[in-house]
Amino acid sequence: MQFWGYKRADGRAGIRNHVLILPTCACGSETARIVASQIRGAVNIVFNTGCSDVQANTEMSQKILTGFACNPNVYGVVIIGLGCETVPHNKLREKIKSMTSKPVISFGIQEEGGTLKTIEKAVRAARDLAAEASLQQKELCDISELLMGIECGGSDATSGIASNPAVGELSDKLIDLGASTLMSESIEWIGGEHVLAKRAATPELHNKIIKICADYEKHLLAAGQDCRAGQPTPGNKFGGLSTIDEKSLGCIRKGGTRPIVEVLEQAARPTKHGAIVMDTAGYDISSVTSMVAAGCNAIIFTTGRGTPTGNAIVPVLKVTANAQTYSWMADNIDVDLSGIISGDLTIGDAGELLLKKIHDVCNGRLTKAEAYGFSDIAVDHVCRFV
Amino acid sequence: MANAILLDAKDNVATCTAAAKAGDKIKILGGGEIICVEDIPIWHKVALQPISKGDKIFKYGEIIGEASIDIAAGGWVSHENIFSVPRDYESEMI
Repeated sequence: MQFWGYKRADGRAGIRNHVLILPTCACGSETARIVASQIRGAVNIVFNTGCSDVQANTEMSQKILTGFACNPNVYGVVIIGLGCETVPHNKLREKIKSMTSKPVISFGIQEEGGTLKTIEKAVRAARDLAAEASLQQKELCDISELLMGIECGGSDATSGIASNPAVGELSDKLIDLGASTLMSESIEWIGGEHVLAKRAATPELHNKIIKICADYEKHLLAAGQDCRAGQPTPGNKFGGLSTIDEKSLGCIRKGGTRPIVEVLEQAARPTKHGAIVMDTAGYDISSVTSMVAAGCNAIIFTTGRGTPTGNAIVPVLKVTANAQTYSWMADNIDVDLSGIISGDLTIGDAGELLLKKIHDVCNGRLTKAEAYGFSDIAVDHVCRFV
Repeated sequence: MANAILLDAKDNVATCTAAAKAGDKIKILGGGEIICVEDIPIWHKVALQPISKGDKIFKYGEIIGEASIDIAAGGWVSHENIFSVPRDYESEMI
């Protein structure tokens, strides 16, 4: 299977060709937003960290920023910094340039003399990048260049019974075709981690999966918090999920059945092909953020309760098996899988349908969240701001 | 047409695919039927047999929690009457 994508110098392929306007910190976010709004072909993110952080938080923020810049769906980057943040624009620019050969330009609001002067220069830079990007032709890329992130959010009982197994079927099909998939949300392995770990290709990977869950609980306990107090969420409970174990056992079904060949730390780029898992929060927006930073070029997202979420860089294809949710939120959800519950659609047929849908997205079809220009992100935090 | 789904033969709960009223007969996809003893919202779980306080609750053939009170057959199983049991991660290592 092949798709029409944008080949990058590092050998990966994008399914979009965005110019990314990237703030270094919260203080650059509004300026970045204004710059992106002026340029067709540009996208921005609103960043809530980058300053007044301990080292571990700064490392996470930097992994997200550099990962976004390196994502294969990005043609080039215009960085908007302030000047007094933890990692200023010139340092971030050099770091990104050491990781990718794509064009990266940067400005600092303090040194340019304020927002308007920065906007003037940054808009010109972004305009030139967008013009270059528009000339890049799509080429046929092998499906092995697809790294599909797998996410669920706003889960209810239909997620674990129907939409997650359908996405698991899709994941198996993609892996058999040579593509890779990435499932995250490690806190939502808890209670099902022993089942997930059975898929590990080696004993080391098996134990890594168990240890991630143990460490997550220990981490929260160190701050006097209990994961079972926040999971399941009130919405999950209303939707029929009673314990974190029940939620997790449904959650992990979206990863399919193929052997897990790599277990990644948060926002790290995979080094292997196949079924991969990553340690992230269960908070869907944060998990998607980390999967985009890891280099996913498409995301599939199951929901039971319904969610509008989208990402600026990577298209998010949303599916539900809850007929009422689909009828209420058809403007936000791309695929209706409620036929699985009513007995009109087998899990196997649903997997085939999703393969066609995700292939269309790879070939350029806009998802609903993408058409609306949604750009949710959330950067995970180790501890409080300082 | 069935209005609850049994996911595994080991399970002692089924997931309702339609809201049920006390006294309703629920037909279970995966086998059998049960009379509901209380109102159960759509997508929530019905107990398929009497469950005593301390009993494990099975769904997907796996433990999803433990009963905090006795639950009658045909009763509503939810976060109000079951809870998550802490994991023993050490014993899972190979």
